[in-house]
Amino acid sequence: MSAASGSEHFLEHAPLDLRDWLVQFLTHWLHLTGLLQWMLHNLISIVMILAVFGLFFAFTTIAERKLLGRLQNRLGPNRTGLPKFSRLFGGWHFKHKLFGLSQPFADAIKALTKEDIVPAEADKLLHFLAPVIVVAFSLMTFAVLPFGRHFIPVEMDAALLYFFAAGSATELAIFMAGWSSRNKYSLLSAMRALAQLISYELPLILSVVPVVLVTSTLSTQNIVLAQGSWTFGVLPHWFVFTPWGCAGFLIFLVSALAESNRSPFDLPEAESELVAGHLTEYSGFKYALFFMAEYFGLTALSALGVTIFLGGWQAPCEFLQIIPSYLWFMGKLILMIVFFIWVRGTLLRLRIDQLTRLSWKFLVPLALINLVNGGFWALTTEWSGPLQIARWAISIVVIVVPFLLMGRKLSTGFAPRTYRYAP
Amino acid sequence: MTLLPLLIIMLLTLGSAAVAMMLRNLIHSAMLLIFSWAGIAAFFLWAGAEFVAFAQVLVYVGAVSMVVLFAVLLTRRSRADLEVSPPAWKRILLAVFPSVLVGSLLIGAVLGAFPPTTNSSPAPELTVKQIGESLMGPQTAALLAIGVLLTVALLGAIVIASPEKSEDKP
Repeated sequence: MSAASGSEHFLEHAPLDLRDWLVQFLTHWLHLTGLLQWMLHNLISIVMILAVFGLFFAFTTIAERKLLGRLQNRLGPNRTGLPKFSRLFGGWHFKHKLFGLSQPFADAIKALTKEDIVPAEADKLLHFLAPVIVVAFSLMTFAVLPFGRHFIPVEMDAALLYFFAAGSATELAIFMAGWSSRNKYSLLSAMRALAQLISYELPLILSVVPVVLVTSTLSTQNIVLAQGSWTFGVLPHWFVFTPWGCAGFLIFLVSALAESNRSPFDLPEAESELVAGHLTEYSGFKYALFFMAEYFGLTALSALGVTIFLGGWQAPCEFLQIIPSYLWFMGKLILMIVFFIWVRGTLLRLRIDQLTRLSWKFLVPLALINLVNGGFWALTTEWSGPLQIARWAISIVVIVVPFLLMGRKLSTGFAPRTYRYAP
Repeated sequence: MTLLPLLIIMLLTLGSAAVAMMLRNLIHSAMLLIFSWAGIAAFFLWAGAEFVAFAQVLVYVGAVSMVVLFAVLLTRRSRADLEVSPPAWKRILLAVFPSVLVGSLLIGAVLGAFPPTTNSSPAPELTVKQIGESLMGPQTAALLAIGVLLTVALLGAIVIASPEKSEDKP
C-alpha cells in the first residue's frame, strides 16, 4: 500500500484536486474566511455525493425496469427520448429514443407535478415529516463509506456504528408514516414492516461483527486497507474469500435484502395483501421520496457490503491498480445492485411466518456461530504451513456443519403446507 | 468548543422533554421523547464522545423508541378504564421521595465539580479500540450486570403487557 503512494495515478487525486482548486478560486474571488471556507469545502463534497448518488438512483430505477423486463421476456421502457424542441430549432428534433434512458427524468417530473393528497383525518405534521426523515437519514449513511483511496466524506473511528445508527432511524419514519395516515392498512403494514426490520437488523449487524473482530477496527477505511494484499499478485485477500467472510457475506446479503424491503422480502408493500403498505396514503412527491429512500438504503447497504467483504475500492489483481480505485468501487457497487435486481426477478415473496422464522431460527444463530468463527480466525493469525490448512478446515467445518443441520430443521413441521380451502 | 451549541442542544433536549410530558397525544409525546434522546446523543457528540453518541442513537432512537411506540399502541385503553389504586397522597409521597433522593445526588455531584479546575489537561485521545478493551477487561462485571438488568426489564415488560388468560377467551 505504501509503495503505491509514489507511483499513484494522477486520476486517483484528480477530483480532489479539482475541489481544492475550486475552493481556492472561490476563496479568492469572494474573500472568504476560515469558517466559510471550511463550509464551502464540505458543501462541495456533499453536493458531489448528492449529484452522483441522485443520478445513480435515477439510473438504478431504469436499469431495474429494463432488466426486470428482460427477465420477464418483455422489453421494458424504451420510448422516452429527448423532449421535442421543434419550435426552437425550426422543426428539427432529435429522433433517436436513447433506449428510453431519459425515463427516470420524465418520472421525476411526473412525481413532482402530481397532486399531493393528505387524508383529512391524518396527523398532518408526522405525515409530512416521515418522508423527510427517511430520505435524510438514508443519505446520512453515505457519509462514512470510502468510495476511493482518498474519497471518504467523513473519516471517523466509529464509522460502522455511525452507519447502523443512521440507518436505524428509518424504522421510526416507517412507524410515523403508518400511524399518521389514519388508515388501518397503513398501520397494520407499518407494524409488519417494523417486525421485519427489527428481525433482520440483528443478523445484519451480527454478520459484520466478525470483520470488526478480525481487523480490530470500526473504521471503514481501515477495514478496506486490511484487505489490500494479494497472493501471487492475482488472488485478492478480500474477506469474502475466507470461510467466515463468505458466510458473513451471505448472511449480510439476505439481511440487506430484507432491510431494504426488496423482493423476496417485500411483504411490507405486498400489493395484493396490504394495498401499498405504509405508503397507501402517500401520493405525489412524498411517495417518490419513500421510493428514493428505499433505493438509497439499498445502495448504501450494497456499498457497505462491498466495503467490508468485497475489498472496497481495492483492485482484484495487483496489476489492475492502474485503474482508479473509485472506478473499482463503483463497478462492484453496480454488480451488487444488478445482483439484487436479478434476485427480485427470480424469487417469490415469502410468507410472514417464513420471514420471521428464517431470521430468528436460522440467520441469527448462524451469525452467532460465525462470530465465534471470526474470533477463532482472529486468534490463529500466526498459524502457518500445515497449520494454515488446519485453520481453513476448522473454520469451514465450524460454519458449514451448523448450516446444514439447521437448514434441514428449518421447515420441519411447517412444510409442505396443506391448504384446506384451495385444491 | 464554544458554549452556544451546548445551550442550543440543552434547550432543545429539555424543551422537548418538557413538552412531551404536557401533550395529550401519547404518540406525539413518544416522538418528542425520542427527539430528546437524540438531543442527548448530540450532547455526547458535542463533548467529543463519538462512540457513546452513536451507541445512544442506535439503542435509544433505534430500539428503545420501538419498544415505547409498540407499548403505547398495544396497551392503550380509554381513560375511563384506568383504575388508579393507591390514594393521591400516597402517590405524591412515592413520587417526591425518589425524586428528592435522585435530585440531591445529582445536585451534589454537580456542585462538587465546581469550581471547574483551571489547569485543563488536553482531552485524552480515546480510540474505539481502547473503549472496547476497557469494556471487555476491567469493566466486564458492570457490562454483564447491565445486560442482566436489561434482560430482566424486558421480561418484566412482556409479563406486564401480556393479557391474562381469561381475557383472551371470546
